[in-house]
Amino acid sequence: MAVSSIDPAEVERFSRIAAEWWDPKGKFAPLHKFNPVRLAFIRDQALYRFGRDPKARRPFEGLRLLDIGCGGGLLSEPMTRLGFAVTGVDASERNIATAATHAAEQGLEIDYRASTAEALLEAGEPPFDVILNMEVIEHVADPGEYLRACARLLKPGGLMIVATMNRTLKAFALAKVGAEYVLRWLPAGTHDWSRFLKPAEIRDFLSGEPVEVDGPYGVVFNPLTGRWTESTDTDVNYMMTVVRDAA
Amino acid sequence: MSEGFDADVIIAGAGVAGATLALGLAQGGLKPLLIDPVPFESQLAPTFDGRAWAIAYAAYRQWRALGLAEALDPHAQRIEQILVTDGRTPGAAAAAQTPFFLRFDSDEIADRSDGEPLGYLLENRHVRAAVADALAAAGVEVLAPARVASATFGARCAEVTLADGRVLRAPLVVGAEGRGSIIREQAGIGAIGWDYGQTGVVATVRLERPHEGVAHEYFLPGGPFAILPLTDNRASLVWTESAARGAALKSARPEMFQAHLERRFGDFLGDVQVEGPVFAYPLNLQLAERLAAPRVALLGDAAHGVHPIAGQGLNLGLKGSAALAETLVEAARLGEDIGSEVVLERYAAWRRFDTVMLSAGMDAFVHLFSNDNPLLRLGRGIGMAAVNRIAPARRFFMHEAGGAVGDLPKLLRGEAL
Repeated sequence: MAVSSIDPAEVERFSRIAAEWWDPKGKFAPLHKFNPVRLAFIRDQALYRFGRDPKARRPFEGLRLLDIGCGGGLLSEPMTRLGFAVTGVDASERNIATAATHAAEQGLEIDYRASTAEALLEAGEPPFDVILNMEVIEHVADPGEYLRACARLLKPGGLMIVATMNRTLKAFALAKVGAEYVLRWLPAGTHDWSRFLKPAEIRDFLSGEPVEVDGPYGVVFNPLTGRWTESTDTDVNYMMTVVRDAA
Repeated sequence: MSEGFDADVIIAGAGVAGATLALGLAQGGLKPLLIDPVPFESQLAPTFDGRAWAIAYAAYRQWRALGLAEALDPHAQRIEQILVTDGRTPGAAAAAQTPFFLRFDSDEIADRSDGEPLGYLLENRHVRAAVADALAAAGVEVLAPARVASATFGARCAEVTLADGRVLRAPLVVGAEGRGSIIREQAGIGAIGWDYGQTGVVATVRLERPHEGVAHEYFLPGGPFAILPLTDNRASLVWTESAARGAALKSARPEMFQAHLERRFGDFLGDVQVEGPVFAYPLNLQLAERLAAPRVALLGDAAHGVHPIAGQGLNLGLKGSAALAETLVEAARLGEDIGSEVVLERYAAWRRFDTVMLSAGMDAFVHLFSNDNPLLRLGRGIGMAAVNRIAPARRFFMHEAGGAVGDLPKLLRGEAL
């Protein structure tokens, strides 16, 4: 959806919602705190995978990236600045309009579409070098089907990063009860713990696909510094990498 | 840097904090642009100002990491010891040592800082010359003389309009022009502050006796004074006077000034020869209400002008430079918008605690030590004696004064960006 297809009153409304998405102290504050650690992980993995120059301002020039469940564009925008040609996809029309409005304000060119991974695959979308699958899988109805559709949108040799939450008691205590009911970081009901996935389940979903799965890589929050860091503790938040076999 | 921008970061104010920030950003691969109303060359003249800085060892590490060590080392006087004395009059303190005094010795912390001294005394002109050379070597663009007339802060970029009509654009503008920051005012960030009604007087003298790297701080009823060792057996004298007397001293004839020094410092100083001009600065404290807002960050005295009593003003600014440079370089590496509130809030949070604590501490310090109330005198004396006997407390104060307490930015640990 292009911004030009939206009427001005709508743009005004989406601009306000975008401001909410990008407010570091607003309702997406937890996501903003979490963003640097996942951006760093994506950057490091992609630098390594594609042998790019870590000193370059735009190291990923010439690579196509798909951001699934892009929301307000918290990952799509930084990825565009790092040189990727970004396609941002979200099932919510409202999120797409919000993200497109914000990107236009920033002067960033991002191909935002209200769609899904399955729909892209069906429509014959050309494959991507990198697919970001961040904190989405625990919200979809059929995670196996969904993950396989994503894997098939990867170019041979392409990299997908999956981030989600582990189905452990610790995750239940911290991510569900702690974040939603005690700290009130997230609206109650944001997450359904029974839908959280164990790393082995992700491997199982993809066992029939020509991919190599690595990880899990843990991410933990330090309440003293207020910062997230990479860790060997994968009990709550973790990430995995999926690389499609070269043709 | 994206199209349509003149730089990644426009820094208004090419003072030591602003210029150090520019060096850090350039080292991290960003493009800074410095603007200053004073032509850069005239800031290098010895008469520009006579100040000497007591640079905390962590702040000096930053300059080392930025490649300034070779230029600075020959002019840096190591401070091996700081003696803090509380006396009713200087003469009395000199003749019979008061029982209450503090002694900070670099040997005590040597194991934790690789034999670094407690700090370094450096003359402002040497710092400026070294920074200017480093800026040129790093290819940092400096617009001077150029005056900022106005600034606007938009969704995508900040626009700075110069007095000559030129318009410059960048994702972020840093206000580092000191207390009267135009950038702060244009961003609508208020400042709170108060005046101490006192003047800080600064003079450089040649000493008759060798100083052996010992810095003295004396707390007298009329206000504190310090004898800070410089290279070549000179010292920087810093003390406070009433505003009226400060003004009179500044324009006093040399023999009058010399006579005043002898009265003020008693026989502490021995025979001294005043070198160069005398400088007087009004003492006041000023804090910006916020350190950052979308597309704008404040640094150095524009953010926090503190009483220069323990030489912490510039050190605070340099800690700010290191934290801001690392925050921005790291954000740019991750593809984030370096002028966004999301990113700048990290800098503000990193600096907030330090700034408030230190400013409040300095203020309490001044009021406590500029007072002749006998109860306060006894209280502070006991406090000093206690700190002096408890080695861990003493070491903590030294690390704090050295700027090495807390979550240190890389540059303050001596690491490059």
